Amino acid sequence: MTTLLPRSIIHRMMNYSEGRSADPPAAPEVRSPAVRAEGLTVVRGPRTVLRGLDFTVPRGQITGLLGPSGCGKSTLMRSIVGTQAKVTGTLEVLGSPAGHPTLRTRIGYVTQAPSVYDDLTVRQNLDYFTAILAPGRPASDRHHEIDQVLADVDLTSHADALAGNLSGGQRSRVSLAVALLGTPEVLVLDEPTVGLDPVLRRDLWTLFHSIAADRGATLLISSHVMDEAERCHRLLLMREGEILADDTPDALRTRTGSETVEAAFLHLVDEAATAAREKETTR
Amino acid sequence: MSTTTTTTGTARTPTPTGALNASRTAATAARVLRQLRHDPRTIAMMILIPCVMLFLLRYVFDGSPRTFDNIGASLLGIFPLITMFLVTSIATLRERTSGTLERLLAMPLGKGDLIAGYALAFGTLAIIQSALATGLAVWFLGLDVTGSPWLLLLVALLDALLGTALGLFVSAFAASEFQAVQFMPAVIFPQLLLCGLFTPRDNMHPALEAISDVLPMSYAVDGMNEVLKHTDMTANFVRDALIVAGCALLVLGLGAATLRRRTA
Repeated sequence: MTTLLPRSIIHRMMNYSEGRSADPPAAPEVRSPAVRAEGLTVVRGPRTVLRGLDFTVPRGQITGLLGPSGCGKSTLMRSIVGTQAKVTGTLEVLGSPAGHPTLRTRIGYVTQAPSVYDDLTVRQNLDYFTAILAPGRPASDRHHEIDQVLADVDLTSHADALAGNLSGGQRSRVSLAVALLGTPEVLVLDEPTVGLDPVLRRDLWTLFHSIAADRGATLLISSHVMDEAERCHRLLLMREGEILADDTPDALRTRTGSETVEAAFLHLVDEAATAAREKETTR
Repeated sequence: MSTTTTTTGTARTPTPTGALNASRTAATAARVLRQLRHDPRTIAMMILIPCVMLFLLRYVFDGSPRTFDNIGASLLGIFPLITMFLVTSIATLRERTSGTLERLLAMPLGKGDLIAGYALAFGTLAIIQSALATGLAVWFLGLDVTGSPWLLLLVALLDALLGTALGLFVSAFAASEFQAVQFMPAVIFPQLLLCGLFTPRDNMHPALEAISDVLPMSYAVDGMNEVLKHTDMTANFVRDALIVAGCALLVLGLGAATLRRRTA
């Protein structure tokens, strides 16, 4: 992406005008948020799925990406991971343009449908993906890591079962385990808890929080279940390819005077609809 | 935001993702073979069906062993091509539809690693398949080969690679398994008709002969027939083998181009 150079100039100009030019220039790695989007637009076929999004995802926190199905959550996640075509605007992950080859080892990604090999055992799946991520690592190291992620997703007892013979929830946890390999700095999880029982969902959220707290990793987790929103540090509420709100759950509830995030979301949707209608009538 | 956590030593180390990476390629080949090992029926069918067909053919031409020599040798080159085509096109289609391809391409896996891994895995299977079929034909069914059976095996292996390459390539244009298997009559049957199996290529209508000149299977069959008739490696044999190998590499390259990291 060619936006890198002009933007750094703009940054410097801004610093200068604000009289902060005395500040030592921080390394972009440390300063940059986990994800930064400006005018992010994605077109799929005839549809514009994402319409000029501006947002940042801070590092070391859990950001929830919420919205009804079909609102563009998955497309946004695929753009961040670098597998989405026809992405325009600025999109940076850890200070590099999304999809940059150096990011491939630093992002863990879980697609909505579990993407694992059904005709391999759980352990063989993990074995293969570690070999791809870190080909040079000694086997004992790898086995240790595989045991660790298996324990993380509570699948130790199923390590030698064929992935295809597992239940839907178990398969999606295998998919999650693959994303945890190699301790990535950013985890992009597309509906990781869908179809799981309440106990497992609670356990996974505990795991997500410990990943953020202990490893300082950034998690971007999508869901269309609003009660999961309460467990996130920050929320991005999406609807029809646009971001309705970008705030903490508390701030959202206070701002809209609602009891729950779900009520806050509905409030914002109504607000947006009214605003759109007014715009139409004044036209 | 004030604390910036330093990642521990276990963090993912950036490894170059450029050209071929031997251990990633080997890991991919091992993975493909492991997948197949969980499916013993497919392995059995891949290995046994060519043998059974040759056996059948031997007794179909019970009265004319010359015909069996000609057709048998050609089929030794055609079987690996067809099986590898089918297996690869379905396997890579599954990789595309199951989301594992997207996951792999979001990881530091080179496209070349993936394709070479597949070629290596199916190439290994092709060696086993061809060795058994060739051994059976030469030693038990009395296939009369003037040249070395090793050369038959070499051509069979090149054909298998070509099949793998073609399968990989067409899987990019198939949206479902139904479509993928339909590519077999579309891509393989015309070559089968024109490759000289049924009648020598110079007996065909000139237009068809010209078409057969640009189809790789024709050279696979020609190569087999060279081994059948001549004691040593003829210039024609070398040419045929090089053409088949070149086509395989070309189509593998085209197959690599169909793997996109970014998809709509």
